[in-house]
Amino acid sequence: MITTSGLTKVYRSRGREVTALDGVDLHVREGEVYGVIGQSGAGKSSLIRCINLLERPTSGTVTVAGQDLTALAGRGPRAGRELRRARSRIGMVFQHFNLLSSRTVQDNVELPLEILGVSGKERSRKALELLDLVGLADKAKAYPAQLSGGQKQRVGIARALAGDPKVLLSDEATSALDPETTRSILKLLRDLNEQLGLTVLLITHEMDVVKSICDSAALMEKGRVVESGTVSELLATPGSELAAALFPVGGEATGDERTVVDVTFHGEAATRPVISQLSRTYNIDISILGAAIDTVGGLQVGRMRIELPGRYEDNVVPIGFLREQGLQIDVVGPERSALVKEGAQ
Amino acid sequence: MTWSEMRPLLEQACQETLIMVGWSTLIAVVAGLPIGVLLVLTDKGGLLQNTVVNKVIGQIVNIGRSMPFIILMVALMSFTRWITGTTIGSEAAIVPLAIGGIPFFARLVETAVREVDGGLVEAVQSMGGNTWTIVRKVLVPEALPSLIASTTTTVIALIGYSAMAGTVGGGGLGDLAVRYGYQRFETGLMWITVAILAVVISLIQFAGDFAARLLHSRGGRSGPVPKLRLLKAKEPAAADVSKVA
Repeated sequence: MITTSGLTKVYRSRGREVTALDGVDLHVREGEVYGVIGQSGAGKSSLIRCINLLERPTSGTVTVAGQDLTALAGRGPRAGRELRRARSRIGMVFQHFNLLSSRTVQDNVELPLEILGVSGKERSRKALELLDLVGLADKAKAYPAQLSGGQKQRVGIARALAGDPKVLLSDEATSALDPETTRSILKLLRDLNEQLGLTVLLITHEMDVVKSICDSAALMEKGRVVESGTVSELLATPGSELAAALFPVGGEATGDERTVVDVTFHGEAATRPVISQLSRTYNIDISILGAAIDTVGGLQVGRMRIELPGRYEDNVVPIGFLREQGLQIDVVGPERSALVKEGAQ
Repeated sequence: MTWSEMRPLLEQACQETLIMVGWSTLIAVVAGLPIGVLLVLTDKGGLLQNTVVNKVIGQIVNIGRSMPFIILMVALMSFTRWITGTTIGSEAAIVPLAIGGIPFFARLVETAVREVDGGLVEAVQSMGGNTWTIVRKVLVPEALPSLIASTTTTVIALIGYSAMAGTVGGGGLGDLAVRYGYQRFETGLMWITVAILAVVISLIQFAGDFAARLLHSRGGRSGPVPKLRLLKAKEPAAADVSKVA
């Protein structure tokens, strides 16, 4: 539904160049909720603004619903008619809501329809219908300043849906909200995704957002996508930073001559008594440093951090046994990255 | 001088001031608004970024703003004659007053429009709105309380300028105070003129503040109307949000 290839954005100011996006390839499938996560300055905002060309990419292409938007952009800095038409079919919600304070809630929702040239009667019917959808039918005549943060974001979402978009872009939509309100807004987005078949691309710095509603996710660092895939793929990828962050288990090694291993269970492996089998088969004592079971992206996943006596070299066979059981094993430690590579082969 | 002698003089002077200030304000607002908006749009990072146009307009506005009004009035005499056919009288005084008022109001408009949160512009762009839509539906309506306050300031400045219009035979209250109060030692008449001006200015300021506050507080916004700041504004929206969150 949304594809970017080789997307690059370089900001130039007073002779200095800052590369905000460095060859980003992203593929968002129709009907999924896709989360892009990263720290401030990782390029998330530039990325989402390049999708509807609020920012012109320096190079690369953006395709939304089969339409190459970068080809519509033209040369000048101003958006031509074609591009504006395409933008009206992409909804966008913002961190700071960006509602017009001089207009009522209903008039705010009608604004995109005014731009599309919809008649007055039809506008008001559509606006009221959307406000009903987001649960604010009784606030139509209120002004934004009279609403709470969560209500404002609901208005923002209703407004973004006014042009019947197939795609919704969410720019840190919940970052200015408290945890309770965040949950209700995320649930609304998920409901809209399911009811309307809406494709949602969201950027966030909160792992919880990805965990609670995303089907797929990408991790951005320094303008590049360093990991991406569906949540279950990521969880199945050894050494995935995103998986570790989505599903953290704590616990430090208790001594030098120890090997710490993260065991991730999903699917039927979760029901077998592998740890006690391991202990009996190799006659080793296993300490559990941390464990958690959670639902990530609609999947039941368990993760456990265990400690085995001895160095990694001494534990190659037991770890191989765990791998044979269809479990995903990540060895935690200073030599982790090298070992993980070895393990992957 | 008795009241019956003063009355017709005062009545006529009030009428002349009203005509001069009324028309020149109207012209200043109608012409200053687009110029002010254009200054914001053509500025660096603006929707119609154009350094040349911005610098040229900015320079003209600066010269117009800093020129002492009495000199502007004299300098514009041939232009005034070309427009109105005369350089004497209230109608003739409207021309330099309007010309002086346009850059004054344009700068105030520029400051007011700059205060509008850039996020709103971005939101309307994301809906597919063009620049004209953004000006009409975002910049002007969102800046309206400040624009009303700017208009009040302009009216009061033009009342001040109109007193000088007496020097080119424009008439009005200021002229009356100078000719009768000062030159003929009619202190009584002068004080009455001063009182009338004070009352008129207070009424205008009150009406302007009231209208601005009414628009601003619509929708439950509290606190005073944001003061026009000459420095570039910070992000007002971000501050609002932090209050809510």
